[in-house]
Amino acid sequence: MKGTRFAACVTASALALTLTPLISPAFADATAEGIARYREALADGNPAELWEMQGEELWRTARGPKNATLEKCDLGQGPGVVKGAFVTLPRYFADTKRVQDLESRLLSCMETLQGIPAAEVAKTPFGKGEQKNIEALVAWISAESRGMKFNLPMSHPEEKRMYEIGKRAFNYRGGTHDFGCVTCHGEDGKRIRLQDLPNLTKGPDAARGFGAWPAYRVSSGELWSMQRRLNDCFRQQRFPYPLYGSEVTIALSTYLGVTANGAGESTAPSIKR
Amino acid sequence: MNTTLRNTALALATLATVAGCAGGRPSAEQQAAYDRDTADVMARSFREQGIVKTDRLQQDEVMTACSKHGHHIEDALRDRIQESAMAGIRWPSDGNYLGDWKEGEKIAQSGRGLTWSDKPGDPNGGNCYNCHRITKKEISFGTIGPSLYQYGKLHGNTEATQKYVWGKIWNPNAYTACTNMPRFGAHAILDEKQIRHIVALLLDPKSPVNAE
Repeated sequence: MKGTRFAACVTASALALTLTPLISPAFADATAEGIARYREALADGNPAELWEMQGEELWRTARGPKNATLEKCDLGQGPGVVKGAFVTLPRYFADTKRVQDLESRLLSCMETLQGIPAAEVAKTPFGKGEQKNIEALVAWISAESRGMKFNLPMSHPEEKRMYEIGKRAFNYRGGTHDFGCVTCHGEDGKRIRLQDLPNLTKGPDAARGFGAWPAYRVSSGELWSMQRRLNDCFRQQRFPYPLYGSEVTIALSTYLGVTANGAGESTAPSIKR
Repeated sequence: MNTTLRNTALALATLATVAGCAGGRPSAEQQAAYDRDTADVMARSFREQGIVKTDRLQQDEVMTACSKHGHHIEDALRDRIQESAMAGIRWPSDGNYLGDWKEGEKIAQSGRGLTWSDKPGDPNGGNCYNCHRITKKEISFGTIGPSLYQYGKLHGNTEATQKYVWGKIWNPNAYTACTNMPRFGAHAILDEKQIRHIVALLLDPKSPVNAE
């Protein structure tokens, strides 16, 4: 069943890709229509399902020096509760005394429960070794909140502080090109080349944009986590390399998630060009 | 129960201190503290990679002001940024603004250069199509900037227009403080020769921007 849907998706995407160049260049509307058709074809059957299945299995598999599962991992809703956790992250955790996003929280759980050193995982390149396991885990954990509205807590002073830092980091312009997140994501209805850009300073678009990651990327055939998404945004901004799970990445996710609060539902893991 | 109550009280007390009892909006002192925290967080969160060093995070007056105020910049600051940008524009050494529009089109198409995945010595592109419609033929264009299609036809290929286009590419803050557009000349993203080619792409009557 899943295999059939995946095959249908690949065929439909290939068809859409073939059709797009045939659309008359004179009409911008036809271009927009072509993009919409391509997106529709993509959404029908998402290979992220494969990562979801792996992630669920990994959660329940005893691993690491302590040979333990992640089933006692507390994602904010109590030990082992996965459903609904994704749409409340990042949030403050009393045991680590800091605000954590899904990925930095998983690192804490892997270290404390399984004995896998967090610093080592953080240094591993995307798509390699333990990072591949993180990708599967975030796919499954986010899928368990699919269709739920964002509801990040803002009662702890640290959550408020990270939101404020995230807002400032979003507007921070620098590098050779004077770019910041705000350059591409600060206005309604803009595009870079043919790619629609959500206005991440407003609720509905923040839910649509932030709520789409992790996502399966058709162009690379990989599952990208939010950390990887932000990492590549900074690369394109001509900024230096953001450390995995660093404060700036968690602050940005806090700002985006809080902005999305109540404004829309999570669709992650979604499928992207 | 006692612990929970104590923790709640403690959290509320901290919150009250942090919020400066301003009822939601942080006080001026609190805003300044968040500004300092942001600077520390930025400094701690990045490392160098490939050709990109961490000095890319350093902000000049323009970056600092535009990060803080966005497009809602006050008049005096706007004037200062624009005047200083204008004074810094380096006009073409031989007085010639127009290059080869065909080369200009290549530069406008290229989004390469200055990221950590680019190699040292690779020529930088202008990324123009990322944000602007330029020719009729290229339908993959962005909309962050205005359409430049038929720019020369609409504005005329006069020396005044050539000078304006050159200056705008060299440092767009000379005309619009805190624009989204990079300072291609002032930040050495593009060299004189490349800028000449882009001016030609926009203004040469034979360029597809104006001829098609």
